[in-house]
Amino acid sequence: MSRKLVFAALAGLFVAAAALPADAQQRTLRIGTEGAYAPWNATDTAGKLVGFEIDLGNEICKRQNIQCEWVAQAFDGIIPALVARRFDAIMAGMSITERRLETIDFSQPYAGTPSIFAVLKTSPLAAAIGPAADRVPMGEDTPARKAALDKLSAALRGKTVGVQRATIQEGFLNDFMKGVVTTRLYDTNENLLLDINAGRVDAGFASYSYWLPATEKEAGRNIAIVGNGFSGGGFGRGVGVGVRKGDAATKKIFDDGLAELKKDGTVKALALKWFKFDATVD
Amino acid sequence: MLAWGDAGWGDEMARGALVTLAVAICSFAISLIIGTGTAAAKLSGFLPARLAADAYIVLMRGIPDLLIIYLLFFGGSMALMSVASVFGHTGYLELPIFATGAIAIGIASGAYTGEVIRGAFEAVPKGQIEAARACGMSGFLLFRRIQAPLALRYALPGLGNAWQVTLKETALISVIGLVEIMRQAAIASGSTQQPFTFYFVAAIAYLGLTLLSNRGFAAAEAYATRGVRRA
Amino acid sequence: MLDFALMAEAFPAILAGTGTTLKLVAGALLCGFFLAVPTALAADSRSRILRGTAAGYVLFFRGTPLLVQIFLIYYGLGQFEAVRASIFWPILREPWWCALLALSLNTGAYTGEIVRGGLQSVPAGQIEAARAAGMSGLLLYRRIIAPIALRQALPAYSNEVVSMIKATALASTITIMEITGIARTFISQTFKPIEIFLVAGAIYLVLNFFAAQLLRALERHLSPHRRPI
Repeated sequence: MSRKLVFAALAGLFVAAAALPADAQQRTLRIGTEGAYAPWNATDTAGKLVGFEIDLGNEICKRQNIQCEWVAQAFDGIIPALVARRFDAIMAGMSITERRLETIDFSQPYAGTPSIFAVLKTSPLAAAIGPAADRVPMGEDTPARKAALDKLSAALRGKTVGVQRATIQEGFLNDFMKGVVTTRLYDTNENLLLDINAGRVDAGFASYSYWLPATEKEAGRNIAIVGNGFSGGGFGRGVGVGVRKGDAATKKIFDDGLAELKKDGTVKALALKWFKFDATVD
Repeated sequence: MLAWGDAGWGDEMARGALVTLAVAICSFAISLIIGTGTAAAKLSGFLPARLAADAYIVLMRGIPDLLIIYLLFFGGSMALMSVASVFGHTGYLELPIFATGAIAIGIASGAYTGEVIRGAFEAVPKGQIEAARACGMSGFLLFRRIQAPLALRYALPGLGNAWQVTLKETALISVIGLVEIMRQAAIASGSTQQPFTFYFVAAIAYLGLTLLSNRGFAAAEAYATRGVRRA
Repeated sequence: MLDFALMAEAFPAILAGTGTTLKLVAGALLCGFFLAVPTALAADSRSRILRGTAAGYVLFFRGTPLLVQIFLIYYGLGQFEAVRASIFWPILREPWWCALLALSLNTGAYTGEIVRGGLQSVPAGQIEAARAAGMSGLLLYRRIIAPIALRQALPAYSNEVVSMIKATALASTITIMEITGIARTFISQTFKPIEIFLVAGAIYLVLNFFAAQLLRALERHLSPHRRPI
């Protein structure tokens, strides 16, 4: 067989295999998630995606009678990947914020917890910031907000704080802590946890729902959750399902599904199962 | 921790290594196809083809492979659809992750492979070609009997290098979510918070694949140079 | 189709990362060169231990992906209490030094092979002639072997410089804000990866173009005998 023929056959095969028309797949709804943000979404030792959002998403798909498929995607590229149609929805602990709403649409929220700092128990910051305290709403410039931010700035001045790239927590550091702390951006919160343990960053900033279960595991036994929780404002209105702008059909699937599952208590039951507390929002 | 089965990461890591091997083979095949085309273009007398090949080589040598992977991941569908629309296909097309990664690495390393192949063809002694012509060979017969076998012999060491580079480059595909060994190691080390163990296993797997393929290429070289007199 | 206004806005911000990228490249090439020369000499030495060490080093760093090396050094070593208690921790604690270390070890292995090839290419006749003229030891190296080896190795070394510039993009995976790190942060705020990565790609292209030109000029300077008369 001539070389040209082999090439032609190979190339043909390849194009045919690679460029499957999407019509053949359209009945399957693909949901993008991170798989590295326990207990929202994580990967277990069998290599399978597990977590609150995996259970919730599968339940929605079951009730709405559609085929669903999960796609793992790094968090900092998850919105661009949705826009590039790598999948049709995002369930990745992603909060509904004004900034994100400029690019994508969201379903109604299904959960939400404040963002809070974590440090090594042995760090002087543990005492300086103080034990985990009340939630401070960031929506309006109140005296309480100013007091909390001032206290935080005083304790963290000159320190290095780690956050996951592309998160609301990164946004907070940019908006309120610029010039006060050095920000270090991580691909995953798991890598951030590694570096808090290693003492490479003085503090980490993430969702309370991530820290709490982490501190109960071996890897987080030296970690303390400290200071005020923050929510509202730039932190958004809770975690929702992200869909492409104008994709009303997909949005409706999740809005309807969530409404039903909230009403019959499934969302709350799943939250209690995975977070050990009620993380649901209305 | 590296136990086999659902309790450990052993079988996942092994599967990851197999995916790495598979995606590396596909990438290398694409790289060979593109490289052959590039070499043909550079050796042709057609100026636009030569310029296009030069531009391609400059681009691929100058841009990090990581960016090429990202660009193809986020922009691949758009590019594919615009090509398809030329042929009258409308509607949505997409490249699966595996193909996206293999094509990206293939494109990135095709420039290197192309230079290896071109160098090999240029190394074929003129006397051999003249002798073949004198025997009445020409065109495809000359290519098949004389040029290609000799060029293959000269190209093999370079192609061996290209394969090694390609194999290692596939680690970058982990950033777009293909669960090959690097991605598997990242998942496992995040989940267990024991990064050293898993990245070390991944490193050993790459080393094993490299050494194994080195032997393969050495055998191929021995075969291709059989009958060559050694000093 | 493409958001050119965004590209124009992103350009100066990403360009600001060039300094970090170049510092990494320069640091890695310098440290790598100081690793490469002993590696090349050890690889050709009579001592089996030296030869074995050099071969093992070159095999590991050329046989595994740079990304694995970076993660092993950064996240892998940081895992151990013993490492964190050691005198090396002030260096290994910083992402910057970890990136530099990984890049240096990597390029050191490749450059070692290039240097070895250069040394081997020095014709035996030249060395014999120098010896006959009474040169030996350091003088022989400085006047005869090093200049010829350098000239021979330069084309391969140019390739290594270019691939080091490209390799620094991986430093962004361990929180370093060089060109790719800034680009990725920009994307996480604008959600427009294609535009931003095109800008970053163009910057790398220009950097590599200048690096290649510079090295080619050096090559011409070192090979006066090949210049057309």
